Amino acid sequence: MPRLIGVDIPNKRLEFALTYIFGIGRSTSAKICASLNLDRGMKANDLTEEQLTNLATYIQKTYAVEGQLRRTIAGNISRLRDIACYRGLRHRRGLPVRGQRTRTNARTRKGPKKTVAGKKSVKGMK
Amino acid sequence: MGRSIKKGPYVDTRLAMRVETMEGKRTPLKTWARRSTIPPDFIGHTFLVHNGKQHVRVSVTEDMVGHKLGEFAPTRNFRGHTNKKETQKKGR
Repeated sequence: MPRLIGVDIPNKRLEFALTYIFGIGRSTSAKICASLNLDRGMKANDLTEEQLTNLATYIQKTYAVEGQLRRTIAGNISRLRDIACYRGLRHRRGLPVRGQRTRTNARTRKGPKKTVAGKKSVKGMK
Repeated sequence: MGRSIKKGPYVDTRLAMRVETMEGKRTPLKTWARRSTIPPDFIGHTFLVHNGKQHVRVSVTEDMVGHKLGEFAPTRNFRGHTNKKETQKKGR
């Protein structure tokens, strides 16, 4: 199992194997293969040492991936929090940021349901 | 190029003029122009942005450029749901 940029890379077709890197999806992966003239159908285990180093340097030069990308994202969020704008407040509260409804749903952001005694059930709201 | 990028940022003309004529002075500007984008010239100024009820003090920093003034003056005031016990104590 070859390693690229820290972790990664199962023995699959190269175009899919690359998407196991955080920050690389299908389209980025295809672009990488094209610009390095690698056959995107080849198995990841068939990569030579040289191709691996080429891939690693190229990816790190061109894209923000893995830790660096995570840091950028966290930085963007903490910027929003610090300037106390509406989006920042929503991040602080752990509520949806983009104007979704919160009367129902929004479970991804709010986490598991906390049942409130005395709250009318959905049936009762009719 | 997105349509909104093509159209460019909206900055309240009158507010921009007021900022321009202030020069050195740093008195807070009362405004209702929540929809106005914050251009770089606003940095360091203080605004009193209307939230529908009062004017909220917003001092603009560099990070705020590109956001709208209204983003910094929340229009809702959610203090949490009433606690059952507390309601009973009030003796309703």
